[in-house]
Amino acid sequence: MQSDWLFIGLFLLIVALFPGAPIFLAGLIGPHKSSIPKAQTYECGLETVGETWVQFRVQYYIFALTFLVFDVELVFLFPWAVAFGQLSMFGVLSGVIFILILFAELLAAWRKGVLEWA
Amino acid sequence: MNFLTDPINFIANWLGNLLLSFGMSQTLVTVILKFIGAGLVGTFGFSLVIFTIWLERKLYGRIQDRLGPNRVGPWGIFQTFPDMIKIFTKEYITPIGVDKIVYNLAPILSVSAVLLTWAVIPFAPTIVGTDVNVGVLYLVAVGSIGALGIILAGWSSNNKYSLLGAFRAVAQVVSYEVPMVLALLIPVLLGQSMGVNSLVNAQNVWFIILSPVAALIFFTSSLAETGRAPFDLLEAESELVAGYQTEYSGLKFGMFYVGEFLHAFTISALMAALFLGGWRGPWVEQVPILGVAYFFIKTFIVYFVVVLIRISMPRLRIDQMLDFNWKFLTPLALVLLIVTAIVEKAFIILVPSLQLMEVGVPWVRAGVHLLMNIIVVWITIQLLKSHRIKAVRVVAKPRPIAVAPEPPASVIS
Repeated sequence: MQSDWLFIGLFLLIVALFPGAPIFLAGLIGPHKSSIPKAQTYECGLETVGETWVQFRVQYYIFALTFLVFDVELVFLFPWAVAFGQLSMFGVLSGVIFILILFAELLAAWRKGVLEWA
Repeated sequence: MNFLTDPINFIANWLGNLLLSFGMSQTLVTVILKFIGAGLVGTFGFSLVIFTIWLERKLYGRIQDRLGPNRVGPWGIFQTFPDMIKIFTKEYITPIGVDKIVYNLAPILSVSAVLLTWAVIPFAPTIVGTDVNVGVLYLVAVGSIGALGIILAGWSSNNKYSLLGAFRAVAQVVSYEVPMVLALLIPVLLGQSMGVNSLVNAQNVWFIILSPVAALIFFTSSLAETGRAPFDLLEAESELVAGYQTEYSGLKFGMFYVGEFLHAFTISALMAALFLGGWRGPWVEQVPILGVAYFFIKTFIVYFVVVLIRISMPRLRIDQMLDFNWKFLTPLALVLLIVTAIVEKAFIILVPSLQLMEVGVPWVRAGVHLLMNIIVVWITIQLLKSHRIKAVRVVAKPRPIAVAPEPPASVIS
């Protein structure tokens, strides 16, 4: 059990090293001829206007929030699904009711117009 | 266990005993063996992409009536190596005003998130990186890091097109995770385990037969997660230059490329492991190494479909795509989960546990599940049909743009 997580810990290190080391080495090998015109932001060839990090459409944010609600609640269903064989009918039905609540959430969001892209 | 049937564990055992005989402690030996194992799995996953890039370019070429790469090596199979050497010697052009740390972290993150998935994929009954008992949860957790890499890349580039790409990633990649997680719940429910290897073990009948709809939902939504052709709004080149990777150059750009191709292959492997029976096949109990062959045959079949979809489908519009996710896939997956849970429980109650071991029972169970899936699909199609008729009635009011020309006067001859 512990050695399983040891593997994942070591794997985390290795996996960060695999893309990281070539990027670092290529930085040493490649030419360094930077100039100001070269380092300009590329947007259609015109000079960039104004700041980049501005206020953006709220719709993107709302989708992310809806996702958050669903994802957090879905994680609670995993233990239920694993223990499914030993559950009583009551346990199964309470799980189903939980899913139905999720469904109601989806319908409520739908009615509120959260899911519209307009 | 001998060398011919299970070489990898044979070598691992031999090496472990050798190190123990040198007088090392048991803990140190475990750490060393796990480190070698992790290195092997990582190297394998990372070098696989060299082959898949060639395969995909070749298929792309053949479908577009071109030859594809055909100069370096037989059928151009070594084409990726010169490309790698070339991209390795390129200059990094870092634009003014980027957020340096995040900008450099993003390509590393997008590759390593995909590579992390390979830790729990079982190649054969005894050959698996690590069989953690929460494997599916681990897959979900690691899957979301990939989206984070894209968002960080777009945000840190100080470029409006990149930023738009990142926002689209928020809307698309993140949204499609909901049906993916829901579809992952169904194999967990049917196999009653979260370890990927034990899920493969539980597939006496492949889960794609028990729940084809879940397999399809998982396939579609993980395809959207990769951000490739039908769903490539993140880098839509006709709108956003190159999306989130506009300001990247050299190997940093190359790493995004590697991450994308590896992700496509990884979802095929997950599809094979979770729904197509993974390493299961004839004689795999006696000769575990055969499982690797079965696993990769299944993976490459799925990968072929993934590439075909990428090549032949046009890009979707963002509102269509989000509607498809939130108004079709998510409700369908929720309903399917409820139906599967009730059917499975009814089956467990009706068939006493002693009879579960008999030969025909798994197939009866599969048949019942398949039937319920078909019913769900049928109801969905009926609902969609009734909805479509309304939509057509609204739209199809002909509005004359110009007055129709007079019918020509009869020709005098």
